[in-house]
Amino acid sequence: MEALLTQVDKKIRTTGADAVLKSLIAEEVALVFGYPGGAIMPIYDALYNYQEEIRHVLTRHEQGAIHAAQGFARATGKVGAVMATSGPGATNLITGIADAMIDSTPLVCITGQVGSHLLGSDAFQETDIISISMPVTKWNDQVTKAEELPEALAKAFYIAQSGRPGPVLIDITKDAQFEEFDYQYKKCEGIRSYNPVPQLDHEQVKKAAELINGAQRPFVVFGQGIILSGAEEEFKTFIEKTGIPTASTLLGLSALPTDHPLNMGMLGMHGNYGPNKLTNECDLLIAIGMRFDDRVTGDLNTYAKQAKVIHFDIDPAEINKNVYAHVPVLGDCKEALTELIRNVRMNSHPVWHQRFKDYEKVENDLVIGEQITPTTLEMTMAEVMDSINRFTNGDALLVTDVGQHQMVACRYTRFNQSKSNITSGGLGTMGFCLPAAIGAKLGAPEREVIAVIGDGGFQMTIQELGTILQTQAQIKIVILNNSFLGMVRQWQQLFFDKRYSSTEMENPDFVTIAKGYGVAGKSINDREDLAHSIQEMLNHKGSYLLEVHVGKEDNVFPMVPSGASVSDIRLS
Amino acid sequence: MRKTFTISVFTENSIGLLNRITSIFTRRHLNIESLNTSESELAGVYRFTIVVRTTEDQIKKLVLQIEKQVEVLRAVFHEDDDTVFQEIALYKVSTKSVADGNLVEKLIRDNHARILSMEQDFMIIEKTGHKEETQELLRFLKEYGIIEFVRSGRVSVMKPMNESIELRKRISNF
Repeated sequence: MEALLTQVDKKIRTTGADAVLKSLIAEEVALVFGYPGGAIMPIYDALYNYQEEIRHVLTRHEQGAIHAAQGFARATGKVGAVMATSGPGATNLITGIADAMIDSTPLVCITGQVGSHLLGSDAFQETDIISISMPVTKWNDQVTKAEELPEALAKAFYIAQSGRPGPVLIDITKDAQFEEFDYQYKKCEGIRSYNPVPQLDHEQVKKAAELINGAQRPFVVFGQGIILSGAEEEFKTFIEKTGIPTASTLLGLSALPTDHPLNMGMLGMHGNYGPNKLTNECDLLIAIGMRFDDRVTGDLNTYAKQAKVIHFDIDPAEINKNVYAHVPVLGDCKEALTELIRNVRMNSHPVWHQRFKDYEKVENDLVIGEQITPTTLEMTMAEVMDSINRFTNGDALLVTDVGQHQMVACRYTRFNQSKSNITSGGLGTMGFCLPAAIGAKLGAPEREVIAVIGDGGFQMTIQELGTILQTQAQIKIVILNNSFLGMVRQWQQLFFDKRYSSTEMENPDFVTIAKGYGVAGKSINDREDLAHSIQEMLNHKGSYLLEVHVGKEDNVFPMVPSGASVSDIRLS
Repeated sequence: MRKTFTISVFTENSIGLLNRITSIFTRRHLNIESLNTSESELAGVYRFTIVVRTTEDQIKKLVLQIEKQVEVLRAVFHEDDDTVFQEIALYKVSTKSVADGNLVEKLIRDNHARILSMEQDFMIIEKTGHKEETQELLRFLKEYGIIEFVRSGRVSVMKPMNESIELRKRISNF
């Protein structure tokens, strides 16, 4: 590794394909997820020479590769690297690219392309991946000459991880991979048209501090920006100094420990009661590293209209996009919070804080209690998550898919440390969980990775059990099986007169399938088997699949109906 | 309320950037009224002039989304009052149908148009102006039979001097 890094300073005669690998090593990439094919064969051939430096994880589908890279990136904070061939290989990445774009995940995708003389000729496995991926990449570029590769890759890594992170795609024609040239690599340190971190305006921080110091009922809503900026400590110091109650977006979860006394829970459609209700009673809303997604705000016309809004974000396009900010503070939130802390007064808001506690009690009495200690015969998703908490004590890394199980898992799981919650938030990609969990485990092998998946989403990328078999990644898979596409069914029940159109699932024997892939497993129906089965799963050396049959028609509450005000959050 | 806005985008010269910019409109179901690209007065900096009808709220967000693209140096928008803009139109008409000397003279004088080319069976008339003006001449010529008509996208420069200076400074500082 050392040698290779020093070599990049002087020119070396090599091929484009070899240059790709050397560049990945220069960018400290040690793990690549991918799937070979015709147009990327020279790169895979070169990869064969670097098995010591780069571990390539062969997934079972390109979508698996990209979700695994997302899981890796979210668990480690590093750039996830993906390789795929041209045509279908490249198009199979699109869902993951779109997911990474909306959830600000740094990825570099390298796709093979047909030879440059064939571009535009409808050649075998030719697809215009540059145009296709354009709206869902932060940046993309096609390379047709080997000599363009080092700069393109250096820019790709720089763009993917700087400022607001996102996915980048580099498409390399086959002739450029074969071509020999004089390779030299220099990391990218800036691009003139690209200003990833706006300069912090000290006046704006002062204005924000004044509002915070004068507020009676301030409320902090935070998002993934805290994690992306590595500002967890600063954030904690800020809320502790000011005594302001806070709540998290779905992607912000784990940036602040769940049991922190000022952590009031989750915002949004299936968030906690108090945070939603009190959004419309606070006099100052302080948004940090979040983007006012519609699942967080509900009806914008009735969202926090009584409050002044301070919005900390790194992306100028987020300011005033959905919610008007009286005081926008552009910049990296770690830097902004560091300065803010110096400008705010020690404070506490016991009466206001109590309001959250009161709502918490209502939610406990009317929803949570019944969910985690149900009186029904059938098991609930919440009691499964609650039982997992007891064994992990909040130390596990939770990866979820999309739907009811996701909302329940995110609501009920305890998080002690940052980067412990990986889920598909903005795009809501079913099939995300299993490959993302593999990527997370390979990126953070020291963590206990628990993949909680619905029976629907599991079958969207079930083939990645093969990747577990081959990598021996040790993940614990919990299938919360209600034999329904539960979230759609819930909406059908509540808003479509219980017309369960195409949501009931006839499912295979998941344990047998897992067994076929060398993954031990067990299926349970009874509450009395829950605790010891979870313990058995966690104690098992190697991957394990636990299928838990839960109530078929259980609903997730509280719920802000789509398009309704956050004040109109329903408890049943 | 929907109004006409002119967006000026200053960019690097890269393949596919046009696509990246137009997809920002497509995604919001916005129709681009006209679009022009050319090199600007700054070496290597390209200038897009995009005309769109939308609301003020939407245009502000749109311009931020355009500016967010890695290869975009700067994007600004103006209402018509804050810009000087022009379009060019070419009209191909049958020489015979407008051969009457008085008509040709009237046509050219009244419209500040000019004849670019005259052949035995057709002539090409050029007129620059705002859309209403070139449209008016089109309406007029239709009576005499028009063979071909084409109008360019708008080109526009902003009026406020301070804005031009700030923009120039910002771009050349990169």
